[in-house]
Amino acid sequence: MTTLDITSSSDATSTGDAVLSFTDLEVTFGTEFGDVRAVKGVSLEVHPGEVVALVGESGSGKSVTSTTALGLLPSNARVSGTVRVGDKIVGDLDQAGLRKMRGNDIAMVFQEPMTALNPVLTIGDQLTEALQLHGIAYGRQATARAAELLDMVGIPEAERRLKQYPHELSGGQRQRVVIAMAISCDPKVIVADEPTTALDVTVQADILDLLRSLKDKLDTGILLITHNMGVVADMADRVAVMLKGDLVETGTAEQVLTDPQHEYTKRLLGAVPHLGEGTGQADVAVAGGEEQRRPAPALALDNLVIEYHRLGKPAFRAVDDVSFTVGQGEIVGLVGESGSGKSTIGKCALGLIPARSGSVRILGEDFGALSKKQLKDLRRRIGVVFQDPAASINPRFPVGEAIAEPLVVHQVGDAASRQQRVMDLLDAVELPRACYNRYPHELSGGQRQRVSIARALTLEPDLLVADEPTSALDVSVQASVLELFTSLQQQFGFACLFVSHDLAVIDLLAHKVVVLQDGRIVEQGDRDAVLRHPREDYTKRLLAAAPVPDPLEQQQRREDRHRLLAELGDEVVELRIDPTSRDDRPARRKTPGAEGGNPLGGAFHGG
Amino acid sequence: MTDAETVTTEEKSYSQGQLVRRRFFRHRGAIVAMVVLAVVIIVAFTSLGIGPIPGWWDKDPVSQYEKIGTGAPTWEHPFGQDTIGKDYFALVMLGTQKSVIIALGVGLISTVIGTVVGAFAGYYRGWVEAALMRLTDLLIVIPLLVLAAVLGKIASPWGIWGLTLMLGIVTWTGLARLVRGEVLSLRERDFVVAATAVGTGAQRIIFKHVLPNAVGTIIVSATLAISAAILLETSLSFLGFGVQAPDTSLGLLISQYQTAFTTRPWLFWWPGLMILAIALSVNFIGDGLRDAFDPRQNRTKA
Repeated sequence: MTTLDITSSSDATSTGDAVLSFTDLEVTFGTEFGDVRAVKGVSLEVHPGEVVALVGESGSGKSVTSTTALGLLPSNARVSGTVRVGDKIVGDLDQAGLRKMRGNDIAMVFQEPMTALNPVLTIGDQLTEALQLHGIAYGRQATARAAELLDMVGIPEAERRLKQYPHELSGGQRQRVVIAMAISCDPKVIVADEPTTALDVTVQADILDLLRSLKDKLDTGILLITHNMGVVADMADRVAVMLKGDLVETGTAEQVLTDPQHEYTKRLLGAVPHLGEGTGQADVAVAGGEEQRRPAPALALDNLVIEYHRLGKPAFRAVDDVSFTVGQGEIVGLVGESGSGKSTIGKCALGLIPARSGSVRILGEDFGALSKKQLKDLRRRIGVVFQDPAASINPRFPVGEAIAEPLVVHQVGDAASRQQRVMDLLDAVELPRACYNRYPHELSGGQRQRVSIARALTLEPDLLVADEPTSALDVSVQASVLELFTSLQQQFGFACLFVSHDLAVIDLLAHKVVVLQDGRIVEQGDRDAVLRHPREDYTKRLLAAAPVPDPLEQQQRREDRHRLLAELGDEVVELRIDPTSRDDRPARRKTPGAEGGNPLGGAFHGG
Repeated sequence: MTDAETVTTEEKSYSQGQLVRRRFFRHRGAIVAMVVLAVVIIVAFTSLGIGPIPGWWDKDPVSQYEKIGTGAPTWEHPFGQDTIGKDYFALVMLGTQKSVIIALGVGLISTVIGTVVGAFAGYYRGWVEAALMRLTDLLIVIPLLVLAAVLGKIASPWGIWGLTLMLGIVTWTGLARLVRGEVLSLRERDFVVAATAVGTGAQRIIFKHVLPNAVGTIIVSATLAISAAILLETSLSFLGFGVQAPDTSLGLLISQYQTAFTTRPWLFWWPGLMILAIALSVNFIGDGLRDAFDPRQNRTKA
């Protein structure tokens, strides 16, 4: 529910009932290059049953702010100002006091559930640990309580799950376990640091539903840290925008998202790609015109099957019978959730993974039937851009060398002409020529991705494979990189296989869309047809789960989604604390199981 | 996050090499160790000179001089004299020269072999890896001292150079395993995949893309290999399998004068002290390098 009481919650003077408050918080890190001021005087409050979203780009200090609430900053940090959790002042507590506060008064939900859970302990061990440490329950009672917690967050067969290890659960289930751990001691406030960033959209929608019911049913205050405006619109009552350690704007979600006052907020919101408003390339003819489309398509996949061999187990079929083509000068968006095989297809198109059967033809030439020499020649005509620019550029190479590397490998030109080419490319990707001698770590994420794109274009490829090229970037950076990408595509006229999980980005960019699920094509066709008038349930579900950065529209979409789920026979995820609601198990999670329901269920949330 | 911020807010920017150098020069232990090592090496090589170039020390290690008292250290013979009146300072300096040459040589050879073996095994995987790593395992299970003693004896006709080569050939195994581990993780990184996708050949990927990123591990192991080599040479010479007279080395000096330990202790202490100084300095430098290359691993003081 996004209904909110604007007057009382924005009234900063009533410190009495705030469960979490920051007053003039300043954090400075001492580093070997001198001091870095990460947070410069932030004041913020979270009330019970309220979701306050802290938004900002990476490096804006939002995570540092929230970490001070748990007293978890590294030792080189100096904190001034007061942080109050309930009636405790965090700065005044000693180690024992801090430990008591963590879990009891304030808990944290982390971004990456795989790393937040200890891989060598069972789910049960990890859940009961917090209960026993805080003296809430011991032994069998603790186990029963743990099972009940899992049940509450919608994990079926709770008793069996307790004996499992984190790797046996899916990403969404892991995040539910993390949430169960967070609520195990019934904290007054939960800090959720990018709780859905690592998850697929449909799973993200489920987790957001769960968090929403958490504040509704347990009256917990939530400090939600995110960079995703759609999530903000979906969840937040109030929004605080951070820029370089300063709080530049606060207000209700509606105020901030629909009528932003600060220049930065406007820019931030303007940069968010909006699903359903993407222009795609509909108005732009396929670069190069019609006559060029007749020769061999840039990439043609025919009944492609890719298998991963596993030791002692049957091979895992990652891609199953996939056929589509990317015409010359055409951008094809490949969408799907994690594990759908979209990146595997991208790697196969680059010739990095062999096909089990079927064929991959690049510009009419079959990868499988080429000699080593021919393969190297063919690779000149394919470029690649990876997701994380920090990882995909050799950190030991200066930028100029990194961009010139393909020329060196294929022995094109001499030193002078290579340097000229690099300079031209730096201009094309709108980087200053001074970057030539810089190292990747000196550049920002967006600049690095531009280097990565420049490198991909060095040999003027006919086909570009872009594997989630913008998902590691901040929204405003993403917008400019996408813009650059589109203009470069028109300029150079390359065909592009654009792999992404973000439908809004695909909407902005692609001519055609291919939707994948579990290695099979669910739906493919023109962008307009697939994204506006989806025929398949899976596509509909995917579209419905993608949040948009407008609270009212998002509320509408959420209700639509819940209706769609009901139509498709699914249940909306929510916190189950009433024993009578035990029958409402989501139907898609088979076998309800876990009959040992615990009568403590209702007795629980006293706080 | 804070690291990235710092770098972008700094007006002056540093390359990775500069960052490492900067951190290294702030490591007090390593700097002191480097000065000590430099002094030891300079004194050892300038005092006696190398080959035809004469040194500034007016005595030589072969001549017998008139014994002053028991041969205990005097101004004339700062390190004392041995039983037959040889100048012990000259002898120790000669031993230090040889020991340092052997240690650096062994460090160089074992680093090169270990790096190449580890990089090829880690990058190519499959049968290359199986063959190279089983060879490594084989060398590891044979007691190092025994192997080195046998090979050292075989190589003794070629003097200290033969010994250096043989020791290098038996001590690369640890580094090979370390480098292989590094390469195994580096080869999965996106920049290697990107290089492959462009059509870069395997050799170029290994030497231009992968190994420069493993240089931290390699340099640190190389320094530690040097100090291990000093100790190994000393042990072998002490046991009589290493440097053979008329050549000399620190280990050989200790071995030759071990009986004098109670009567003329300086004959034992000086070479021992030299060994200690060299091995300790090299270890400290290795520590400093490790901290400089991986600042997150161990931040004792800012």
